[in-house]
Amino acid sequence: LSPPSQRSRAHDTSTELQPMPTSPAMDVSLFSSPMSEVDASSPLMYGTPSSRVEGTPRSGIRGTPARQRADLGSVRKAPQVDMHSEPVSENAVAGSEQGAGQRLVIWGTDVNVGTCKEKFQRFLQQFTDPSSREEENAGLDLNEPLYMQKLDEISVVGEPVLNVNCSHIQTFDADLYRQLICYPQEVIPTFDMAVNELFFDRFPDSVLEHQIQVRPYSALKTRNMRALNPEDIDQLITISGMVIRTSQLIPEMQEAFFRCQVCAFNTRVEVDRGRIAEPAVCRNCNTTHSMALMHNRSAFSDKQMIKLQESPEDMPAGQTPHTTVVYAHNDLVDKVQPGDRINITGTTCSSSKLWSRHTACLLFSSGIYRAAPMRLNPRQSQVKSVYKTHIDAIHFRKTDEKRLHGLDEDGEQKLFTKERVAVLKELAAKPDVYERLSSALAPSIYEHEDIKKGILLQLFGGTRKDFTQTGRGNFRAEVNILLCGDPGTSKSQLLQYVYNLVPRGQYTSGKGSSAVGLTAYVMKDPETRQLVLQTGALVLSDNGICCIDEFDKMSDSTRSVLHEVMEQQTLSIAKAGIICQLNARTSVLAAANPVESQWNPKKTTIENIQLPHTLLSRFDLIFLMLDPQDEAYDRRLAHHLVSLYYQSEEQIEEEHLDMAVLKDYIAFARTSVHPRLSEEASQALIEAYVDMRKIGSGRGMVSAYPRQLESLIRLAEAHAKVRFSSKVESIDVEEAKRLHREALKQSATDPRTGFVDISILTTGMSATARKRKEEVAQALKKLIQSKGKTPAMKYQQLFDDLRGQSEAAITKDMFDEALRALADEDYLTVTGKTVRLL
Amino acid sequence: MPTVHDWISDPLGVVEGLFAQSNTCPDWEKKVVEYFKEKLKPNDAHTWVPSLNDVPLHYLKPNSLVKFRCMVQDMFDPEFFMGVYETNDPTLDSKQVKCGKYKDITEGGQVDFNSRNTVTSERQTFYCVPIPGESQWVKESYAGTSQARVVPSTSYVPNRHKRSYEEDDEMDTQPQQMKGVSQGAQSSAESHGNIEPKRQETEAPSHDSSPSHCTSSLDLNFPLPGEKGPACLVKVYEDWDGFKLNDMLEVFGILSVDPALSVIADEREASSLLHPTEGMETVEEQRVHSPPASLVPRLHMLYAQPLVHNNPLLPSSVLENNGDYLSSVLGELASIRAELLTYLTHVLLGDSLAAEYLILHLISNVYSRRDVLPLGKFTLNLSGCPHSSPYTEHLYKVIQQLVPSSYRLCMSLHNMNNQRMVPRKDYTANRLVSGTLQLANNTSLFLDETQLEQGQLDATGVRNITALGNLITWQKVDYDFNYHQMEFSCNINVLITSEGRSLLPSDCQVHLRPTLNPPNLEEYLSAVQVAQVPSQLNKYRIYLSVARALNYTISDEITKAVEEDFVEMRKDDPQSMSAEDLHRLLVVARLLSLSNGQNTLSRDGWMKAKQLEALRMSRTQQQKCVNGNEP
Repeated sequence: LSPPSQRSRAHDTSTELQPMPTSPAMDVSLFSSPMSEVDASSPLMYGTPSSRVEGTPRSGIRGTPARQRADLGSVRKAPQVDMHSEPVSENAVAGSEQGAGQRLVIWGTDVNVGTCKEKFQRFLQQFTDPSSREEENAGLDLNEPLYMQKLDEISVVGEPVLNVNCSHIQTFDADLYRQLICYPQEVIPTFDMAVNELFFDRFPDSVLEHQIQVRPYSALKTRNMRALNPEDIDQLITISGMVIRTSQLIPEMQEAFFRCQVCAFNTRVEVDRGRIAEPAVCRNCNTTHSMALMHNRSAFSDKQMIKLQESPEDMPAGQTPHTTVVYAHNDLVDKVQPGDRINITGTTCSSSKLWSRHTACLLFSSGIYRAAPMRLNPRQSQVKSVYKTHIDAIHFRKTDEKRLHGLDEDGEQKLFTKERVAVLKELAAKPDVYERLSSALAPSIYEHEDIKKGILLQLFGGTRKDFTQTGRGNFRAEVNILLCGDPGTSKSQLLQYVYNLVPRGQYTSGKGSSAVGLTAYVMKDPETRQLVLQTGALVLSDNGICCIDEFDKMSDSTRSVLHEVMEQQTLSIAKAGIICQLNARTSVLAAANPVESQWNPKKTTIENIQLPHTLLSRFDLIFLMLDPQDEAYDRRLAHHLVSLYYQSEEQIEEEHLDMAVLKDYIAFARTSVHPRLSEEASQALIEAYVDMRKIGSGRGMVSAYPRQLESLIRLAEAHAKVRFSSKVESIDVEEAKRLHREALKQSATDPRTGFVDISILTTGMSATARKRKEEVAQALKKLIQSKGKTPAMKYQQLFDDLRGQSEAAITKDMFDEALRALADEDYLTVTGKTVRLL
Repeated sequence: MPTVHDWISDPLGVVEGLFAQSNTCPDWEKKVVEYFKEKLKPNDAHTWVPSLNDVPLHYLKPNSLVKFRCMVQDMFDPEFFMGVYETNDPTLDSKQVKCGKYKDITEGGQVDFNSRNTVTSERQTFYCVPIPGESQWVKESYAGTSQARVVPSTSYVPNRHKRSYEEDDEMDTQPQQMKGVSQGAQSSAESHGNIEPKRQETEAPSHDSSPSHCTSSLDLNFPLPGEKGPACLVKVYEDWDGFKLNDMLEVFGILSVDPALSVIADEREASSLLHPTEGMETVEEQRVHSPPASLVPRLHMLYAQPLVHNNPLLPSSVLENNGDYLSSVLGELASIRAELLTYLTHVLLGDSLAAEYLILHLISNVYSRRDVLPLGKFTLNLSGCPHSSPYTEHLYKVIQQLVPSSYRLCMSLHNMNNQRMVPRKDYTANRLVSGTLQLANNTSLFLDETQLEQGQLDATGVRNITALGNLITWQKVDYDFNYHQMEFSCNINVLITSEGRSLLPSDCQVHLRPTLNPPNLEEYLSAVQVAQVPSQLNKYRIYLSVARALNYTISDEITKAVEEDFVEMRKDDPQSMSAEDLHRLLVVARLLSLSNGQNTLSRDGWMKAKQLEALRMSRTQQQKCVNGNEP
């Protein structure tokens, strides 16, 4: 980084602006230094009140009132020209007449108004962008001049604002673009003028509220807030951030209206650099200090202060975010709301980008900015040597405004440089990219290759499919994963890693979260007393991953919320007058501990973690993280851990992919790769599904449900994404099958028979267990029947009898279950310790 | 006796001088920094600079060079200022180009804002507070080594704040002892006439009253309650990206206390009502960002030294370049360790195993991070501490005597529900409101769970517990930025004292098993403490700081052995040794080696670590049995 001294520059360009044409009332000079009144009726002033009288030859414009551009000139830099000290160079003589010569340029710039206007008009008339994908251009004929169509639109809609993409100007005329960036204060009014001429040429009868204003956006000089420096002052910049506070509307005086108390002579004074020069003498009757301000006849414009904070992604670790003050003017007021980033994930609008000019003004020790008459303060010689900076907003853009309505991943599309994309593509071309990426995932956690692969696929996710038109709704593209296993098998660590890896991850613990914390709650805003919808972890992780630790410790009511989220990907809220459905397209990565602290291999997954099977069946993959008790594994584990403790950073770097690369890889794949099933892959999937069903059918069990088929498709798509392939091929299906089988093998094996039985997960009980339950019930029934006509029996005795009779061991649980089954049949009732026949 | 140096009393003169040559040498700004760096290089040069930490602000000359030992609590937005400006003197009709660097206010004549010579530069402001939880002995020792000469005309008395703890009177013996330390260490300083303990006592009340007055009117935003000392707005001119939140720094800079700074604030406050466009800053924001200079002085940074530790007994830049120093201490480490072990054993009522673990805990340090996993942390849970007895309090005092900064957090229900632990961004005032967990690296956090009683934790309480849990497990604190959270990693040693097993996670739990049962606990403990000679205490302090910072490696051979061992242990009983156990064992082995002054793990060290762990485990298991047998 260069020291600030090198970055700073003398204000030679910004201070030598074209002097403002002063209206007669402003003749009272504020400065004692000799001034030359360069009264240039420059076209620059087009659209400001003083030029209102001048008008233009065209009738259309004359009939349309101009509107002040507060965004350009609210705090103009001092345009004082000291003719005695400045050498009068050739181009210092500002053109007083348009077209007097091509060399005439605006003071301090290299902008020639005539040329500039001409160029811009040519741009408007000729520019086409056949490959445009901007939403705003939807419905326009891309092969026709883009901006002419927009002018047509203005004439129809009547909204006199023309948004111009700066990159278009750049491709059309790089020099014009440079001028726009460097001298926006001069160039934009010229653009305004050009566009108005053009417009009223075309639509002479059109009636607009005021004259058209040009709003350039997407200046390529996009800046991180941290990178702003003195050089950017008075230039057109684009920065992004998060709105943290907005002020109330401030009426700012644009033009003061004075009336002489003596002779009632009226005069108007324009704001110049934030102050109003009170006329000391009435020009009509020559009375001194007789002019009084008439507030209700003065002209005001709307203004709003907006505090913008760096978005968390842009920040270096260990530092606090910077903030910048932004002023919005006129119709940009109230366009954004504080905390807009929170809403990125689904309620209203979101992070806003704005294209604007960065200006600085000085802070004086006295109230110089007051609209009251300025008196020189005796203490003014002492000035706090700090500038106050702010940005005048010219254009706001909310990037993901439409998030609420539909799918829009482009909004958050990260911009990758070509080199970066090349690096990623190169990586994708490697045959072992899948293995590489999975091993780069949480390198500090040892082995568990399949689990890492599963999580990797989860990070990529499937392809989103929208069948709303055919009435089938959205299909879930997110992969949900449950990890269960012994405590201390670094489940939490894995979750933490994933949470840190994905841009929109949330980490909650089942113990600490309530249903409200997960979904959304209604809160009274302490300031405005309005009800505000605050979103919880699941909504916040829309399009991201929600990591839920200690899933088993979650209360039932909280867990029930997840049912909707995990299949429908929405969240319905009905509380305190707010009824809505929010998007929660989140992948869930959950970790659960077994109930008995240690995993009991003799029990099924359901029995071990005591989660409702309705929820379990919504997980695509359920992995067991068990402690494999095997010597070779132990050795590798020990080596891994020891090296973790003494290996240097560099060694680690060498061995594994950088976390940043992994992040970018995932982001790139998620946004730009949308694989579709190929014919071959579809066949493979069908086969796989049929095979899965077949396995069980032989033993009277069902081993697969359509949900499993959907999981397979998602996994296959995710795997294709890993390869950056736009087609799902059979290798993807193979891997999906393998992974799915692995997960099933671990989690859905019936410990009694050793077979994989999907019904453990879907119904909470394996087929053998069910069969067995029936048998016991039958045996009990027989036993009771054999006892003859005894209306009531002792519970304990019956249990003992049954145990004595049965060959297999019968636990109390099984006995209770059998009793319940018989009670359901209305065969008997159990009251306390007695069993009664009906 | 050092003479009063120009570069200390009038650093701006030096800056001006170099600026005057700026025509001939364009990189005068670099030269300024180099000049002061050079001046501060001699070994004791920095002791001549008065420190804001121990000299009250009103004794310091404005625009003189001062130093400040502090922690970066908040970072404000960068500001643009007039690096170079031109003034017009209407009477003389002359123009003058002046330098605005290292100053808040322009001087002389009317500033010509349209001058071509104006250079706008950028600087960054940090809000710095004294290092939170700094022990009294550290403050005294730093103050004692100071040789700063403050302007003779003012009646200068070194500012020794009274102890912030009210128990002060009870432990009467200890201040006595401490005085002994400082007097012993400072005999040279006293000969300069800087320290007059008697006068200090008489002056003390007046000192106390003024700071308490300021805190009531202005919240200085200290992380810990009951802290004192000046807060400072440090203006940084170079490389501000290199500083991080919660960094410990020793800042050398030019003090600016111009009353005009506060005047501006006042006037603007009044005018803000009249003029809405001024309302860019709210009143709260103004109060925070431009507080009266008499309370929060401005410090224009010339040079800052990041502090690796704040132990005054060690050379400040130890460990990287002071190989000699290190090797001289290294030899003694083993013997000091033995003494410290005896001392701690006494304090822990004769439990030598707990004392061993306490040493390991005190020298633990997060030395690296592997993706999210912090390596080297060693949170100790000392269970079996008697409930509702002053024992934990005394234990904390012992630890406070040993480590440079520490804080005791009583986990009473009231504290948990009411204290703000996680720092929070206040957008109205545009600042980071500090919390208890905003601590500098290597601070000892003493969590006293014996104070916890039954009751309901409310939302704040749950959040606080979660924050503590995160701190212990991941060594990070998620600062609350209202719309999002931001993760700040930290390096804090957490010691939990509890009756049973702590409700917070910990790396290692040791159940205290007293072998002594003194009839009067308090008397016994104070007797143990008195028995320690001040020089002895100093040895312990050096020992702990040095041991924590040593480098450590494991040879390939030992790696193999450890692997073998692990496999072997798993073979016998897989339940007895999990991956987590190995993690802990590796940390214990590391700390054990370091505590003995060894840079590498030896086979012997590994065996010892295993023994230690086995001993501890057996005790925990026994404890479990005992509890299990209870009806």
